[in-house]
Amino acid sequence: MSGRYELRFSGAGGQGLILAGVIMAEAASIYDGKQAVQSQSYGPEARGGASKSEVVISEGPIDYPKATVVDALLALTQEACDKYSHDLKEGGVLLIDSDLVTKAPAGNYNVVSFPIINTAKNEVGREIVANIVALGAMVALTGVVSKESAEKAVLARVPEAFVDLNKKAFQMGYEKAMAAKK
Amino acid sequence: MAKKVAFMQGNEAAAQGALYAGCKFFAGYPITPSTEVAEVMSGELPKVGGKFIQMEDEIGAMAAVIGAALTGKKVLTATSGPGLSLKQESIGYACITEVPCVIINVMRGGPSTGMPTGPSQSDVMCAKWGTHGDHPAICLVPASVQELFEETVRAFNLAEKYRTPVMVMPDEIVGHMRERIVFPEPGELEVINRTQPTVPPEQYKPYDTQFGDVPPLAAFGSGYRFHVTGLNKMADGFPTTKAAIVQAEEERQVRKVEANRADIMKWEEYLVDDAEVVVVAFGSTSRSARFAVNEARKQGIKAGLFRLITFWPFPEERLLEISKKVKAFITPEMNLGMCTGVVKGCIEGNAPVHGIFRVDGEPINPNEILSKMKEVK
Repeated sequence: MSGRYELRFSGAGGQGLILAGVIMAEAASIYDGKQAVQSQSYGPEARGGASKSEVVISEGPIDYPKATVVDALLALTQEACDKYSHDLKEGGVLLIDSDLVTKAPAGNYNVVSFPIINTAKNEVGREIVANIVALGAMVALTGVVSKESAEKAVLARVPEAFVDLNKKAFQMGYEKAMAAKK
Repeated sequence: MAKKVAFMQGNEAAAQGALYAGCKFFAGYPITPSTEVAEVMSGELPKVGGKFIQMEDEIGAMAAVIGAALTGKKVLTATSGPGLSLKQESIGYACITEVPCVIINVMRGGPSTGMPTGPSQSDVMCAKWGTHGDHPAICLVPASVQELFEETVRAFNLAEKYRTPVMVMPDEIVGHMRERIVFPEPGELEVINRTQPTVPPEQYKPYDTQFGDVPPLAAFGSGYRFHVTGLNKMADGFPTTKAAIVQAEEERQVRKVEANRADIMKWEEYLVDDAEVVVVAFGSTSRSARFAVNEARKQGIKAGLFRLITFWPFPEERLLEISKKVKAFITPEMNLGMCTGVVKGCIEGNAPVHGIFRVDGEPINPNEILSKMKEVK
């Protein structure tokens, strides 16, 4: 399915994965001048339950708004990893939280893992920014949007008081992923 | 001047479309997956001198928009699933009293509570037959964020032009997906307002057919007084059981839409001219279908897409024409065969119709459509 780059952000409801997908799509669509569509799937629970947010990025018009063959998958829980990794393409990027996803799916994937939620909680200082840590890491691993565009998109979504916190979260995720990749 | 561009969700775009059309009143009761329409209206209406009311339930919300419409305002409500069922009695009331109003129904699984967060296309029959009795039905089924904006504007136009309720029915995927939208400038899209009476108040009758099938509608509070009832009525709005009047009035109400099908119907044909297999689809499913058609063409299959933009009135005549030269139709839909049945009903057996039905909360994947094309070509 040529010309499409497909990302899926998955985890539990309440982890901010839909927002992470929206920011990725805004980085591509608004700041990088590409086409992007973001969609989501979640359960009826306000918290918990498997949740996913998908982003399709392309140079041209996008018909089918959902993922067909996933290029890059983020999984923040074991449940989401089990449920949503079946259509990850061979050699595709799989970013997992090393504390929460202990069993990576069998297959030829480019697996990158680091303690994403723990990084947010203990190194950035707030667990709530785990989605932005993960977003920074996905930007580093996929290169599908520029780092500058992604950072602009993050800051455009964040209230004034939390700009520094989110900047730090994004940067930390970016760096950790670059280090983990090596 | 550069146009205003945004990356926006479908439901938000629907609300923006309503505001563009001049909507000044929203009453609703929040329900997934339509709540964002209410959220935007609650923030924006006060800024343009409008009113937003969260009612005690969907029944109250539908009643409130009918009342507000009679004061001359353009009105909107939004709902999903069981909320649409609750509104049905009052939708019938709006049909017989001929009150313009727009209902956005973002389709989720059903019946009853069903799957609140899952996508579906299973309300399209409810748009026509949900309320009892013979009545006109207009239902629009947009497939993108941009189109949801534009079709919401058109829904207001059709409601005002024909004095009747109009439904806009995006599926959950279209309602919740985000993509780029280019906002039309004011004046770029047509905006229609209802016809006002030209006679003085003492001569005014709300259903006076000397002015045509769509009589002018006066605004309460503007000096015009008239009777509004859910009973079959005469030209002055008061009830009647006179057979000839009841028959003529019911026929006129339906004729408002049926005689103007060409004005209301809208569809898109993509690579249909030489197609042997034509997919008939709407909403997000039509996006899967377009993807599948493009893949099929690369593989040498002559496939095309007939994309419905209005579901009601249904473009029967055009599909009948197409049916005379194709080998098969494929009808993918997130229900158990609603559109499929309507297609079968209008093509006089000229070609087989192969449905692809999903009600499991998952979208129909382009590969499912492509496989079916290979099977039937």
